Amino acid sequence: MDHDKDSTTGAGISMRATELVVAALLFVAGAVVVYDSYRLGSKWGSDGPQSGYFPFYIGLLICISSGINFAQALMARRMDPEIFVAWGPFKLVLTVLIPAAVYVLGVKYIGIYLASAIYIALFMAWLGKYSWLRSIAVGVAVNVSFFLMFEVWFKVPLYKGDLDPLRFLGY
Amino acid sequence: MLELSALFHGFAVVLTPFNLLLMMIGIVLGVIIGVLPGLGGANGVAILLPLTFTMPPTSAIIMLSCIYWGALFGGAITSILFNIPGEPWSVATTFDGYPMAQQGRAGEALTAAFTSSFIGALVAVIMITFLAPLVAQFALQFGPPEFFSVYLLTFCSFIGMGKGSPFKTLTAMTLGFALAAVGMDTVTGQLRLIFGFTDLMRGFDFLIAVIGLFGIGEILLSMEEGLSFAGKTAKINPKVVFETWKKLPHYWLTSLRSCLIGCWMGITPGGATPASFMSYGVAKRVSKDGDKFGTGQIEGVIAPETAAHAAGTSALLPMLALGIPGSPTAAVLLGGLLIWGLQPGPLLFVEQKDFVWGLIASMYLGNLAGLIIVLTCVPLFAAILRIPFSIIAPVIIVICAIGAYTVHNAMLDIWFMLLFGVIGYVFKKLDYPLAPLVLALVLGDRAEDSFRQSMLISQGEVSVFFSNWLVGGITALSLVMLFWPLVSRLIARLRGA
Repeated sequence: MDHDKDSTTGAGISMRATELVVAALLFVAGAVVVYDSYRLGSKWGSDGPQSGYFPFYIGLLICISSGINFAQALMARRMDPEIFVAWGPFKLVLTVLIPAAVYVLGVKYIGIYLASAIYIALFMAWLGKYSWLRSIAVGVAVNVSFFLMFEVWFKVPLYKGDLDPLRFLGY
Repeated sequence: MLELSALFHGFAVVLTPFNLLLMMIGIVLGVIIGVLPGLGGANGVAILLPLTFTMPPTSAIIMLSCIYWGALFGGAITSILFNIPGEPWSVATTFDGYPMAQQGRAGEALTAAFTSSFIGALVAVIMITFLAPLVAQFALQFGPPEFFSVYLLTFCSFIGMGKGSPFKTLTAMTLGFALAAVGMDTVTGQLRLIFGFTDLMRGFDFLIAVIGLFGIGEILLSMEEGLSFAGKTAKINPKVVFETWKKLPHYWLTSLRSCLIGCWMGITPGGATPASFMSYGVAKRVSKDGDKFGTGQIEGVIAPETAAHAAGTSALLPMLALGIPGSPTAAVLLGGLLIWGLQPGPLLFVEQKDFVWGLIASMYLGNLAGLIIVLTCVPLFAAILRIPFSIIAPVIIVICAIGAYTVHNAMLDIWFMLLFGVIGYVFKKLDYPLAPLVLALVLGDRAEDSFRQSMLISQGEVSVFFSNWLVGGITALSLVMLFWPLVSRLIARLRGA
């Protein structure tokens, strides 16, 4: 029983802090919408409602509702569960998220096919502890089949990257 | 019986070898999508949408809607065999489905789930066949104020009927509206909310949001749980199927009740997930074996599956008849209509008869084909889940990236997808609902247009939304929905007094 308690109240990012930060960010987003709508004109123009008319009230609603969310999180005596995510699982999430961001950066320069092949191979080798040979084989096989499917059969060209290393294929 | 002849015409449209082939491909892809974590009906359809740009619209919608049916079936497989709901609407199926599998009754549970899914969908399609043309005909008289009041009803019911905090629903929904406003204003041509970034001129496409929120967000969530698949083996043989079928008629009342709950929740935008929970809850309360629920009761599988499928199917009724989707997946299909150059709304039934009736006919055939395919191929689909997560996860992220890119051929969209993935992960954990966000993003421009047109008609008087019995009635109903939590509390207090 004690062990169970540990896993829900142990160290991690606090639920309350996350609620507060998210509500605050949304409030700022709402304020930005209100500001820009006001700049564009949120009133009644000579030819009807101006461009900012509708978004102005939407922004106002975002501010109000996230303000209430903020207050509710602040007042709540206890959160259930108390932590948003424990450090252990959070690390796992980051091991997916950070490589994914690097992958998207890779897509920009070397294109979808090459970046994807490298990404799948590295992911398998590092997180899945597969042998390099196997990882590379899967990465390449998956992307060759994507290449055939998109470029050859459906004629949907995908992003080849700023450097376009696959130029020699002629697609 | 005008509907019947139109329906038979629809069957004639569907029954070409090409369309039947697409239907089979759609179902199989859909089941795979439903089984895989991170890919579901909404983002699966969103990713495959660009591949259909060059197809005739009728063939395209047949394939995409079949993916949707397949995903609905697929969710049940993982719930029963692995205790992992592949889709949110199959969470309730795990309660009794997994215990049944543990007792070695996996075949029985799967047969019951698939058959009740089929029945739920069938009832919903029959309802669509006869009700949708009437609703569309009625809606032909709608002007901008009426349309806006229907939008209002849609969004107010989200707030009033949602399970969690109404303010979180409101925040998620208004965020969707704000994101929809980004870019060129459709009326004045002014650029809104782009702050000098010309790349934002196109605005946020909801397909990108769907792929990120549901796809990447789901992968991050599954990663946190550190998935270890420990599944039961699936064996379905004809004997088990027939024996289960013999038992099912005993539960006709449960099925009927679940169908009604499902259809109602699907048309009002409650969606499949709350429908399945509600149906399970009601079945538990009403059944004489209620206290045994959760230990492997076949009724506990029938109730949520029937309701989920009925709701998932009937969510297409408002999309077809009014142009207002009842679920995120229906919203993606609606986005498809716009891309193929069809104007959603009541006129669809007048101008695009082949398309509408072809789609409705394909619902009958698609669900029947789906039932046969899942009953015969369960072990094959279950084997997919035995592929380790460290292979599946990167491949799904790659598929999502490709899907996001192909929507507009824009590199920036892949970054947005990642951003929406993080938002989806955080929102899911904090109980901000995603469905209203997506629907607001899809309907934002059209809701705004109808609002502005109404305001123009009335010269800025809000009373236009009460100007006749029809629009006034819908607006009043919306307000009741909006304040439903308060209203129901008041009623309870009055009763207590």
